[in-house]
Amino acid sequence: MSILVNKETRVVVQGFTGKEGSFHAQQCLEYGTHIVGGVTPGKGGQTHLGLPVFDTVSQAVKATGATVSMVFVPPAFVADAVMEAADAGISLAVIITEGAPVRDMQMAKAYATKQGMKTIGPNCPGIITAGECKIGIMPGAIFQKGSVGLISKSGTLTYEGANQVCKEGFGISTAVGIGGDPIIGLSYKELLPMFEVDPQTQAIVLIGEIGGDLEIQAAAFIKENITKPVVAFIAGQSAPKGKRMGHAGAIVSGSAGTAAEKMEALRAAGVTVVQSPADIGKKIAEVLNKR
Amino acid sequence: MNIHEYQAKEIFRRFGVPVPKGYIAFTVEEAVANAKKLGGLVWVVKAQIHAGGRGLGGGVKLARSLDEVKAHAQAILGMTLVTHQTGPQGKVVGKVYIEEGVDIADELYLGIVLDRAKEMPVMMASTEGGMEIEKVAATSPEKIIKVAIDPSIGFQGYHGRELAFGLGLPKEHMSAFVKFASALYALYMQNDGEMIEINPLVKTGAGEFIALDAKMSFDDSALSRHPDVAAMRDITEEDPAEREAGEFGLSYVKLDGSVGCMVNGAGLAMGTMDTINYVGGTPANFLDVGGGANAQTVAKGFEIILKDPNVKSIFVNIFGGIVRCDRIANGILEATKLVDVSVPVVVRLDGTNAQEAATILKQANIANIITARDLEDGAKKAVAAAKGENA
Repeated sequence: MSILVNKETRVVVQGFTGKEGSFHAQQCLEYGTHIVGGVTPGKGGQTHLGLPVFDTVSQAVKATGATVSMVFVPPAFVADAVMEAADAGISLAVIITEGAPVRDMQMAKAYATKQGMKTIGPNCPGIITAGECKIGIMPGAIFQKGSVGLISKSGTLTYEGANQVCKEGFGISTAVGIGGDPIIGLSYKELLPMFEVDPQTQAIVLIGEIGGDLEIQAAAFIKENITKPVVAFIAGQSAPKGKRMGHAGAIVSGSAGTAAEKMEALRAAGVTVVQSPADIGKKIAEVLNKR
Repeated sequence: MNIHEYQAKEIFRRFGVPVPKGYIAFTVEEAVANAKKLGGLVWVVKAQIHAGGRGLGGGVKLARSLDEVKAHAQAILGMTLVTHQTGPQGKVVGKVYIEEGVDIADELYLGIVLDRAKEMPVMMASTEGGMEIEKVAATSPEKIIKVAIDPSIGFQGYHGRELAFGLGLPKEHMSAFVKFASALYALYMQNDGEMIEINPLVKTGAGEFIALDAKMSFDDSALSRHPDVAAMRDITEEDPAEREAGEFGLSYVKLDGSVGCMVNGAGLAMGTMDTINYVGGTPANFLDVGGGANAQTVAKGFEIILKDPNVKSIFVNIFGGIVRCDRIANGILEATKLVDVSVPVVVRLDGTNAQEAATILKQANIANIITARDLEDGAKKAVAAAKGENA
């Protein structure tokens, strides 16, 4: 078992024939992801990476039965692409694109929600169910199959955390990079209950950062609803106020969104909070060996 | 991106949001000429820098004669203005805005910002005009009235009424306020605003609403569709090193510690700073070299980090994913040929082909390159090196 995606998942790639889309679609195919085709307006009827190209998402869905879309469309057009996917009946759009205007994502997410489509990202590494399905840009080789679920705002911290967990001998069930933008799709409090009911997942790694209050919401949710052990790290304890740290959403505004308040809320919810990302693997080993 | 008050007011004017008349001046002569052009008996001379708290720092002065305009302009132009938002080093004032005096009956606060939890813009109003909104939020949150505006319906009359009644405005001033707020929302949305703050929003004796101050910032990701806004960028307001880094696709923020950091990915870059702190050191900077770390970007990173004289060691922390570690190792070696790296460099490469990378670095046998096996080991070695200890 796993969450959201597995080896049966049929994936269509939006922005399929572009440089990024091509490169990463190829990597996903090599990992074993069941990509059934791609969409590039104006290139319908062609074949790319041995797969059919469609002009529209709805054509692709009709012809292939795809339920998940991996989106590599450039930032100026990404909202359009996401809304097209929602309209075509896609159930999950994984948006890799970095630099999408906030207003566009606000509109696209509101429409996706109305259409019943889930989204992950934008500006994220994607989602991977170890050994089964990789939808995104993460290096597949470090994600060995195992019992730890991982949710992270940061791409490289996803890799760092997963790598440590695997070196400790536990492996990953599903890892989700939710992205570091001000408006994102699925977040901690939607993903945590999925891991809670997933029989494969025995523990959860939660990686957050400064800015916004998603981690605070997560803490409240964990306190009430999550029985599996959670190990958390919040990046940016040493970040100055009012400065954007790389990610569009990683900024402490006034006194809101600090690492300290998030760590405190998570601790109060019974989460094992580490001060350095270097301790994620060790702490997972501790909480799992105790059980 | 941030803009100056005078630029925000230009945009306000275009969208029918009332502002006082005013002109920008770069010299004392222009300041006096602007005051003459405005006419009247009272003027305000306002320093234009990207920071709040200008009045308290002595950057905003009232003038009751042209001689006073001249004296104030002389004092403010070229001064180093220190406010709670500039940091202790302050900012040099290069231009002043000369504005007509306004008959102030009441001072309010009005702002718009994205509510990340609600995923829509929220308009905030308060009767505590002139005070820092964060202080009001901390001490008397009940004095801040908030309405979230769903962009799918846009700004409706009831949004404005909720704010106006919350502010306790008399009925006869209601429609002027609603019109003001509606125009402000329109300009926020149409320009991809990130934040607008009017503090104070003035109600005049005649019951008009005028933006006495104006602060606005924009979503960087949307600037390409607003060339007029993008043209308002003032690079003299930006940190030169941060700007230079940006031109090369690097994201850099200077801090005041002694361990320089070069990392791929914003989250890991913050996590690296946190780990340096955790093991007893102090990070000198945040630096994200992005996904495609290569010899050129690494060399540029070294150059930018080494401009900071506080840097005593550098920690290169790269988690190689799609970009293989062996290529990054070669990139680092090449970079050390392009830039004279005078301090110890601790290198931790993990991920794809990490073993090969370690071999490459070892064989190159460069005196000041120290290899590390993981994040914590690297942080400890870099901190020790910064303190002049042997790791």
